Amino acid sequence: MDPVSESVRHLDLAEVPLRSVNALLHGREVDDLPALAPGEDVVLTHPQGAHAVAVGLDSPRQVRIEGHVGYYAAGMNQRADVVIDGNAGVGVAENMMSGSVTVLGNASQAAGATAHGGLLVVHGDAAARCGISMKGVDIVVGGSIGHMSAFMAQAGRLVVRGDAGDALGDSIYEARLYVRGEVASLGADCVAKQMRPEHHEELAALLKAAGYEDDDTAAYTRYGSARELYHFDVDNAY
Amino acid sequence: MCGIVGLHLRSPDLHAHLGELLTGMLCEMQDRGADSAGVAVYGDPRWSPRGHVAVSFVPDPSSLSLSTGVEVDALAAELSRDLASPVAVVDAGPTLVAHVVESAGVEALRAAVLAAFPDALVAGFGSDVAVLKGVGHPRDLAAAYGLAGAQGWQGVGHTRMATESAVNAGGCHPYAVGPDQCLVHNGSFSNHATIRRDLRARGAVFDSENDTEVGARFVADRLAAGYDVETALKDLCGTFDGFYTLLVSDSRSFAVVRDAIACKPAVIAETDDWVAMASEYRALVALPGVESARLYEPEPERIYAWTR
Repeated sequence: MDPVSESVRHLDLAEVPLRSVNALLHGREVDDLPALAPGEDVVLTHPQGAHAVAVGLDSPRQVRIEGHVGYYAAGMNQRADVVIDGNAGVGVAENMMSGSVTVLGNASQAAGATAHGGLLVVHGDAAARCGISMKGVDIVVGGSIGHMSAFMAQAGRLVVRGDAGDALGDSIYEARLYVRGEVASLGADCVAKQMRPEHHEELAALLKAAGYEDDDTAAYTRYGSARELYHFDVDNAY
Repeated sequence: MCGIVGLHLRSPDLHAHLGELLTGMLCEMQDRGADSAGVAVYGDPRWSPRGHVAVSFVPDPSSLSLSTGVEVDALAAELSRDLASPVAVVDAGPTLVAHVVESAGVEALRAAVLAAFPDALVAGFGSDVAVLKGVGHPRDLAAAYGLAGAQGWQGVGHTRMATESAVNAGGCHPYAVGPDQCLVHNGSFSNHATIRRDLRARGAVFDSENDTEVGARFVADRLAAGYDVETALKDLCGTFDGFYTLLVSDSRSFAVVRDAIACKPAVIAETDDWVAMASEYRALVALPGVESARLYEPEPERIYAWTR
């Protein structure tokens, strides 16, 4: 948490209902709880794997969640910086627009699904379909990712410091994928590509943003679309 | 949707708390489906005392009530006369559990139960397992079963959100169609009708139109043919099409498998004292020592099995 912040609101999900917590995070006052001041930071405790924690945030604010969260945590985030000190369930930061979401543990399936912008960092592993249909988000995974990751990825960058499961980047459009470890298999139309200077530069910036600036970008391979599926090819028809 | 929970206790110190832990896990999954909920408990001294065989049954499978209305003492007397051996009948809400000394034989007990209630649904049978089924909210059912007081070394639970086949006791998981076997499923099999026909041709008799029952009878068929659980589940992965996270257990083993796409969720947690599996992490939050458990999601088509 930023030490210069004026104040930090502590909210215990074991006591304050999730709907009330989310309403407060949206800037509203709830029952006898005053509205958060602009920029007032928040610490949430005892999430206990609940779904939809801190979804729909739309103002600059640091939110720290102490514990494991369930589905769709920090989904649709705009401008807020959310840290999850634990594991995240299905669809963490799904449809994020801007800001950042950092998971200190592992993330379940579909992390960063359909997200348009912002930065998602998973320091542990991310499970299947990480970055599915990503539309501009940047995702950095400290560990490995599961199968079918970046499926139909349209834009944005996905960095994986570990390995990728089967069918990486299946039916990918224009997202760029950087993987340091082994790729179990590539999906349809996803191919390895040359790392040009601008790619080393882009990757270095992403690694730095996620706290991995010591990584050697030369150890990574870039993957992207072969662009063979952009147009109808009768040989692909059944 | 549907929610799955399972708990395999490694530490005997926890056996006395199985029901309490399983109740918490099951009720936490109520949002994933609350039209019915069932459990299988291995080693409960009330339902399946050591040295006895037990048959769990729903006397009237069309009933939606939380109690059977059956006078259990009179039924126990009737079954005891039939078997010429003292039979106890335990009232577990919508399900009854009859048990008798092992020498009387589980098939004889099952036959006596079906003689008394020709339409009964046999929910489970064997030396160690009690299988309780009913229609209603998981919390109400757990109370009706008396689940919190259960003891034993292993338990499995399922909360159902029906997507096909009726909401009745026959559609309620677990499916326990072989001795001490039990299977719960989150997902849907798409080619179950074809496999059901094949199994019927091989002599299988079905209790419901439910897709999961086909999976359970397929596994039972393979186990009866001498496969171990792991090989039977590999065969299931090669034969069944559709979505599934399955938890399959018997007296000794506890196994988890997911289909190749693996879109149905599953979390496994392990400590020195227990192995737990659930659809979501939040079902595990009350387990002792979960903070330091090894947590992971099972990979597609990989079979995870534990034995005692």
